[in-house]
Amino acid sequence: MKAIVTVVGKDQVGIIASVCNQLAQYNVNVLDISQTVMQGYFTMMMVVDVSACTVELAQLCGIMEETGKAKGLSIRVQREDIFDAMHRI
Amino acid sequence: MLNRNDIFQTLDMINKRHLDIRTITMGISLMDCADRDIEVCCQKIYDKITRCAKDLVRVGEDIEKEFGIPIVNKRISVTPIALVAAACEADSYVPIAKTLDEAARSCGVNFIGGFSALVQKGCTASDWKLIRSIPEAMAVTERVCASVNVGSTKAGINMDAVAEMGRIIKQTAEITSDRDGLGCAKLVVFANAVEDNPFMAGAFHGVGEPECVLNVGVSGPGVVYHALQSVKGQPFDVVAETIKKTAFQITRMGQIVGKEASERLGIPFGIVDLSLAPTPAVGDSVARILEEMGLETVGTHGTTAALALLNDAVKKGGVMASNHVGGLSGAFIPVSEDEGMIAAAEGGTLVLDKLEAMTCVCSVGLDMIAVPGDTSAATISAIIADEAAIGMINTKTTAVRIIPAPGKVVGDRVEMGGLLGSAPVMPVHAEASDLFVARGGRIPAPIQSLKN
Repeated sequence: MKAIVTVVGKDQVGIIASVCNQLAQYNVNVLDISQTVMQGYFTMMMVVDVSACTVELAQLCGIMEETGKAKGLSIRVQREDIFDAMHRI
Repeated sequence: MLNRNDIFQTLDMINKRHLDIRTITMGISLMDCADRDIEVCCQKIYDKITRCAKDLVRVGEDIEKEFGIPIVNKRISVTPIALVAAACEADSYVPIAKTLDEAARSCGVNFIGGFSALVQKGCTASDWKLIRSIPEAMAVTERVCASVNVGSTKAGINMDAVAEMGRIIKQTAEITSDRDGLGCAKLVVFANAVEDNPFMAGAFHGVGEPECVLNVGVSGPGVVYHALQSVKGQPFDVVAETIKKTAFQITRMGQIVGKEASERLGIPFGIVDLSLAPTPAVGDSVARILEEMGLETVGTHGTTAALALLNDAVKKGGVMASNHVGGLSGAFIPVSEDEGMIAAAEGGTLVLDKLEAMTCVCSVGLDMIAVPGDTSAATISAIIADEAAIGMINTKTTAVRIIPAPGKVVGDRVEMGGLLGSAPVMPVHAEASDLFVARGGRIPAPIQSLKN
């Protein structure tokens, strides 16, 4: 199963490193990353594979959200299906 | 492959435009709970609801997290109690209402619908008992919602029931006068009620429905409003097309959530109700969508046409997004639950007569309207009759949810709290309809040809 990770917030050193580290810790494989900084704001979108994730997806969502909060970032993990449903016929 | 614009568009809708799944509602048949002894009947009802719905809230919360979309309400609808309780040897169905309330509390849902009777052609002894139990039931319970269907296109309008419902609404307001007549906010009078509606207060689990089913109600006035801001000044073809596309996206969200929830709960997926349901939050208003089409204030001339376009475009866009669309599907215009409607009613532009015209083209009816506390039962019955007639002739669902707020006069405001919002007290005509309502009997079903 694939999920989409989105990260939005003020740019700072080490955002990608900390997000990837955290994901690796739960055995989540990163498939694709697209990232940009707009007017000082960091936005990143990752496609990840959560099939072998060591915790429940709902739990991972909570952990990543907390990780983000500590750095003043909004980090969301959502199942890919919802974006597919909305944007594909 | 998804592109980043699509992804950030979806996130924007959820984070900034109030896109949410308004409700996942589990419909449960209580037909097998009938018993001569009302206590046994109550026990069977409690056991069945708590067994079927024990995982509803947990599953809803899990899906919320995984998909990252809020599911605002988890609710239950049951078979109309007038049918379930018909076998009981009891004078009042209040004990059943209390049982429903306890079952709802134990499952963690905020509303349970189905304290209902379907009396479009006539009332059984059980229907009368249920109707007369409504005021007390609304006063002693917190989460139970009641509804009565008094008319339909096929049966006409049961004017005896209409007359009684005027009195019942007055009694319900009086018995809950310490809470500004809040009981009336949980009581709907329908014509052409639908059996698979997931939205409260009018949800019940119809007799043609399966044992247990999951229905979903989506929302998203804020998303539609935002989409229309990008087509300012353009012709209505563009407006309609924009609404259709947005409604498609919103409904897809409901479809995927409903499918996932029904699979996890091991019950069939019923329908997506693709209604635009507003909340009192700024930016989540149906009224503001109509104003975005070019009206200075909702309720002015042009409002009915704007609403007709909106209602139709929402349906057209949503139908293709889901394999089963049902419920009330369209635009809701509840006054107290819509910040733009409240403003227009307080400013005096939106009056009851205009709202009635709007109900000819919207998906429901006169919803969450506060009127002065001294409004007579006959006047309320006459308002119900007007609304039922619109539904009957136009082959659509109409409803009346009206609060004759005790001790309040025009200009006052009634606070309901939460999603129910606050309603400005609106004026009604002072001229009496008593003799009209006192006639009783039935208004015959209308002819379905020679349409003009």
